[in-house]
Amino acid sequence: MDLTFSAEERAFEREVRDFIAQNLPAEMKHAQSLTPSVFSDPDIGIAWQKALHAKGWGAPGWPVEHGGPDWTPAQRWIFEAECARAGAPNVNVMGVKMVGPVIIGFGSPAQQNFYLPRIRSGEDYWCQGYSEPGSGSDLASLKTRAVRDGDDYVINGTKIWTTHAHHANRMFALVRTNETERQQDGISFILIDMKSPGITTRPILTIGGDHEVNQVFFDDVRVPVANRVGEEGKGWTYGKYLLEFERGSGIASAKLREALKTVSDLAESDATGRAIDDPDISMRMSEIEVDIDTLEMTELRVLSALQTGQNPGAVSSLLKLRNSEIRQAVTRLGVDVIGHDGLYVEPMRPFYKLNEAPGIPEEMLPVVPEYLNSRAYTIFGGSSEIQRDIIAKMVLGL
Amino acid sequence: MDLTLSDEQRLLRESAERFVSETYNADHRRRVANDPLGFSAEIWKQFAELGWLALPIAEDHGGLGGGAVEIGILMEAFGQGLVSEPYLSTVVIGAGLIGACGSEAQKQALLPKVADGSLYLAFAHSERVARFNLAEVSTTAWKTPNGWRIDGRKTAVLDGNAAGQIIVSAQVADDNGVGDLCLFLVPAEAAGLTKRDFPRLGGGRACNLELRGVHVGADALLGDGSDALPVIEAVVDRAMAALGAEAVGIMQTLLDQTLEYTKIRKQFGRPLSANQVIRHRLADMAMNCDEARSMALRAALMIDAEPVARGRAASGAKAKIGKCARFVAEQSVQLHGAMGVTEELDIGSYFKRLLAFDTLFGGSAHHYRRHAALGGRTVQS
Repeated sequence: MDLTFSAEERAFEREVRDFIAQNLPAEMKHAQSLTPSVFSDPDIGIAWQKALHAKGWGAPGWPVEHGGPDWTPAQRWIFEAECARAGAPNVNVMGVKMVGPVIIGFGSPAQQNFYLPRIRSGEDYWCQGYSEPGSGSDLASLKTRAVRDGDDYVINGTKIWTTHAHHANRMFALVRTNETERQQDGISFILIDMKSPGITTRPILTIGGDHEVNQVFFDDVRVPVANRVGEEGKGWTYGKYLLEFERGSGIASAKLREALKTVSDLAESDATGRAIDDPDISMRMSEIEVDIDTLEMTELRVLSALQTGQNPGAVSSLLKLRNSEIRQAVTRLGVDVIGHDGLYVEPMRPFYKLNEAPGIPEEMLPVVPEYLNSRAYTIFGGSSEIQRDIIAKMVLGL
Repeated sequence: MDLTLSDEQRLLRESAERFVSETYNADHRRRVANDPLGFSAEIWKQFAELGWLALPIAEDHGGLGGGAVEIGILMEAFGQGLVSEPYLSTVVIGAGLIGACGSEAQKQALLPKVADGSLYLAFAHSERVARFNLAEVSTTAWKTPNGWRIDGRKTAVLDGNAAGQIIVSAQVADDNGVGDLCLFLVPAEAAGLTKRDFPRLGGGRACNLELRGVHVGADALLGDGSDALPVIEAVVDRAMAALGAEAVGIMQTLLDQTLEYTKIRKQFGRPLSANQVIRHRLADMAMNCDEARSMALRAALMIDAEPVARGRAASGAKAKIGKCARFVAEQSVQLHGAMGVTEELDIGSYFKRLLAFDTLFGGSAHHYRRHAALGGRTVQS
């Protein structure tokens, strides 16, 4: 057993570090540091995706025949960790990490040839059409209908919590193509052009003050049958495959560590009257740091299992749960650290495009919105309660 | 980066788990609880035959040169059966201290005896006022014409009653004042040594020691007389990593037993495990077990790192595993209902051993503070 990376992996780490140093502009890093939402705005997210694509790193987890860089799990880990350490923007994960793997795994050659290069290059921006107003945790009860009419499906219904639907030019969606006894069997996975007639998008503002999510309405929207991925009625299987990527795609510990570092810097600054000297703040800081060490070690155990070809299984639920809980602990600590400055509200977004200096130190601006937004972590991608159900079933055999 | 067990490690785990499951049970524990040693000397001989006592000792001194990962594999199996043999005090700590700072003659004289099972060791370090601060020792060793005279009191000396040699920490002193913290080998039968022996929470025994004018020879000084604190810290970090692995074995056993119980126990016409509140509790217990496993392994793999990284890994593990252990232990009792608070089930024994684990070398709060202090408080990226 060995916890250290090999000489080749160290060399790769230096390569990534050098690349970031040369390609991540200070303004982009600054913009990301002032982003309180879960996802980066497309102006910085797409720009970073294009820079990665130019280097051939646009789709880290993909196989080489689809333009992936052919990285080992360890290289992917190093890459993600270095991006997090450098404060790089988040790329459009709905493309690279969600629909990409599904198209690779189950899409037709025509779909692969058309969509995959456009995801890698950042030309296409994807959103995810899963949840509906009546189908949150009970996703399989979804009601958006796709009725066959010649070479098209005609789609009617609505999707909700659609992150960046207002930026996206494409959506992948789970739709009901059949009324079956087992509701999972009537679901298909379909790719939708967001410019299709009949699609309207309503913004939903969340408590942090950000516009990230939307409700999307479909009113007789025609989508070619050729846009269905895989077989009709098998969408649930593909969707679940994707969800495992969504939960387990995280190399979350490096990002959490950077977030805690930001809070720690604030706590040690005179701007917060050295909040770290409060023994409660200091103790919580230590507890969270150790929790991040723990999560990182579990990620590395998963990584090691992947390297030797084993399937890590339901551990993705554990990673998702702990990542979201630690994220909330970090953001909550941040609010406590900045004290009275947490009362200051800046409604304009993005913070990095404000025309005048805010009334509190700039780096404090995202702290309260981040905390408010972070409440969603234990809800999206399968709530913590759903994850505990999965662990009880998969790990404990209950 | 490879966290999978080698073939040798897998074999070691299999043989340790098999031995423990065939040897240890509630009856066995009741028998050794009444033994003045608090464990079985017969089983200790078998440990020697299996090569476990030689495992971490250097090959030059009759050992097998194993590392903290191998120790962790053994300790995890020991946890499953609540093994009370003095593996930690004799092999991990005692042989660890001698190996780290003993002279060549001391290593040659003592380590082969540890390896063959003929010598038990104990470490007498903690003092009441020091609480968990390893640097604070008021026991003194006065230089005499023939050696040293040691005076002081030590608390919670694990397996001190069984030990043939007790390693005592003391500040060396002479007419010029107090010097470095050093370690001394004190024979169990030394005049002036009083032991107050007691059964230990969770199994095994310990004693409080009083040393009043205990005279030892010049050769009792372990090593060359330089400051022993760095060695003590390193060996205690190693002991905490080993204890963390033992705690993982205990926690996993509690989880397995509790899971089994909630499937069998019926209330309101259905098994307890049919209730979501119970299922989620079990899921939380499973997560705590898994996190403890990660941290025990991490501490073991970082045990040879430079002192700050090593200390942070060991303290982080001790703090986190302590927290996880408390949760798993308390919920195991809770989910067993009233039976959980009786001596009629094993649950209580495992519970108590975890409580002892949490206490030894300092609890979670102490180690979160050490983790922070070693890092200069700023979060390390």
